[in-house]
Amino acid sequence: MLNGSIVSSASRPSRKGLLVQLMGYFGRRFVIGVPMLFLLAIFALPFLVVFKISVSEMEGVRFLDLITVQDGLLQIKLKFSNYQTIFFNDDLYLRAYLSSVWFAALTTVICLAIGYPFAYFLARSRPEIRPALLMLLMLPFWTSFLLRVYAWKMLLADNGVFNNVAMALGVLSEPIKMMNTPFSLTLGMVYTYLPFMVLPLYANLVKLDIRLLEAARDLGATPWQAFWRITVPLSRSGIIAGALLVFIPCVGEFVIPELLGGPETLMIGRVLWDEFFSNNDWPMASSVAVVMVLLIIVPLALFNKYQAESAQGSGK
Amino acid sequence: MAVVAQQMARQAAGTAAVPFLQIVSVVKQFGDAVAVDSVSLTIGKGEIFALLGSSGCGKSTLLRMLGGFEVPTSGQILLEGLDLVRLPPDERPVNMMFQSYALFPHLTVWDNVAFGLRRDGLPKDEISARVEKMLEMVLLKPYAKRKPHQLSGGQQQRVALARSLVKRPKLLLLDEPLGALDKKLRERTQLEVVDIIHQVGVTCVMVTHDQEEAMTMATRIGVMSEGKILQVGRPGDIYETPNCTFVADFIGSVNLFKGRVTVDEADHVIVDTPECRHYVSHGITGTPDMEVQIAVRPEKIGIQEGPPTAQDYDNPAELGFNCARGTIRDLAYLGSQTIYHVVLDSGTVVKVTKANDARHDEVKLASGDSVHVWWWGSDLVVLIQ
Repeated sequence: MLNGSIVSSASRPSRKGLLVQLMGYFGRRFVIGVPMLFLLAIFALPFLVVFKISVSEMEGVRFLDLITVQDGLLQIKLKFSNYQTIFFNDDLYLRAYLSSVWFAALTTVICLAIGYPFAYFLARSRPEIRPALLMLLMLPFWTSFLLRVYAWKMLLADNGVFNNVAMALGVLSEPIKMMNTPFSLTLGMVYTYLPFMVLPLYANLVKLDIRLLEAARDLGATPWQAFWRITVPLSRSGIIAGALLVFIPCVGEFVIPELLGGPETLMIGRVLWDEFFSNNDWPMASSVAVVMVLLIIVPLALFNKYQAESAQGSGK
Repeated sequence: MAVVAQQMARQAAGTAAVPFLQIVSVVKQFGDAVAVDSVSLTIGKGEIFALLGSSGCGKSTLLRMLGGFEVPTSGQILLEGLDLVRLPPDERPVNMMFQSYALFPHLTVWDNVAFGLRRDGLPKDEISARVEKMLEMVLLKPYAKRKPHQLSGGQQQRVALARSLVKRPKLLLLDEPLGALDKKLRERTQLEVVDIIHQVGVTCVMVTHDQEEAMTMATRIGVMSEGKILQVGRPGDIYETPNCTFVADFIGSVNLFKGRVTVDEADHVIVDTPECRHYVSHGITGTPDMEVQIAVRPEKIGIQEGPPTAQDYDNPAELGFNCARGTIRDLAYLGSQTIYHVVLDSGTVVKVTKANDARHDEVKLASGDSVHVWWWGSDLVVLIQ
């Protein structure tokens, strides 16, 4: 009697459970499927097209088919000479990549150095004024990015505002060359990308439990030690997110080097532009683009893996 | 073992209270609001002192001032004669166990406990010896490599305790030490924590809103309300002789009768209330015709069907106890005891608890029954405030 009741009561919900499980299984698939399709349509497919172009041969303005069937002969033609050129024959590309990575890294470090205290005080400010401060941070986005970068040209030029004011005040006897230097390029990139560093850091730091800092102080840590031992390690995910948001677009940046970097600055975005629109060499340009994407994806994947592992460690 | 140690400490605290920690007219204001209103306390070495009060009474603010997280608006905090007020938290010989623990989530149990010792720059082998000993004491040695989120609530609580004790502070502060645990675990942990504190021999100030926790753990209790300390005393003193209605009502439950003093003798007083004429077997400081309240604990009231005496109820001085008639409105059987709500003839509802030392079947009283309730003249307290 007792046994029977247990069996029947246990088997009924399990049948129902199976249906629910199946629905849950497909439902979950479906929910994940939507963003997957989206990514496939706007990222994977275009990337494949770019990759296809990068290994295609051109005849005049027409791309030759990669796969041809003629007289029962299947031919697949992949032209990899562009990649050969990038990696072995012409050091222009590698130098451009390295220089891009260098400027992106420099920008990231400077953004972090400025953005961290910025985000810290934003997160520690009185809650009533935080929305206003955040608004100020985002206010520049209301003006066209192009205009804002262009404005730096006026400020930094030999007869621009800074030089003129400095000379009028007698600080300088002759103008300093600021435009079209690594300085102006880095300044422009830091200026443009700083909010992308501050926002994830702010979102992270504002959640930090003040009592952890009090506990550290209580256990004998100076404010400085509490900052380095508690605040910085706990904001690591914010630092990584901010660094990626600055580093990745900086590597491929085209407009800022074009406007502020002058003709001498070598960055991969400009090389890409030249291949497309000056040389009209689409396969070459596509190869450069493919290598650039790989260059960005590899560190991103490594970071992701590292973060997933450390997240498992700290349970976040 | 724990209980014996506790009793010994209680006796010690009762007989010779060495002024170890002195809080001298400490005031803390936040803008116009007075969080702590001129509090003075003296706490002896080895005591476990509980600040008891409901939320917002200023007890946590007082504790935070001891820890160095708030600066008093005025007043002094002396630890063995040293004024702590100007010292930042990291320079005080004081450690705090925070409410819900504030364990460092990115550090292992071991590193959490070692954090304070490392800040002191102690040699490595001393740090590991002390951390190991501490983890052994709180039974967490096998968990040393885990992160806080991988521990249960009770284990986290023990890590927090270990972390605050490992630096051997002169004064340990506990902020709602067991508030985050469920009831069963809390009751068991209360005595464990007291046991560990006595093993270490540290003086302790704790904050709690739970009167049972305060009474189980503390040698002395200070009841706080609206920034003021209302009464300080051993748990028994506070329960049996509260000095005001707030304390009487806050600690345990109590029946209050409002009335006037009609006879004021040196050895007894008579207080007339609408319920009955109260005989109080001790004198009070007051004037005749003064308005007072009589407080009687529910478990001190007897309840029975028949009258407790054949004599006249209106002359309690001769009986030595006070009686009233009423009807049981409802009752709650709680297993170990039964709670009766009795409506007296005057309309006042009296709460009576009766220990169920006999089987429930034998308790004949039921809802709607007419009953007599009575309590000794020595079992009540006259409250002037």
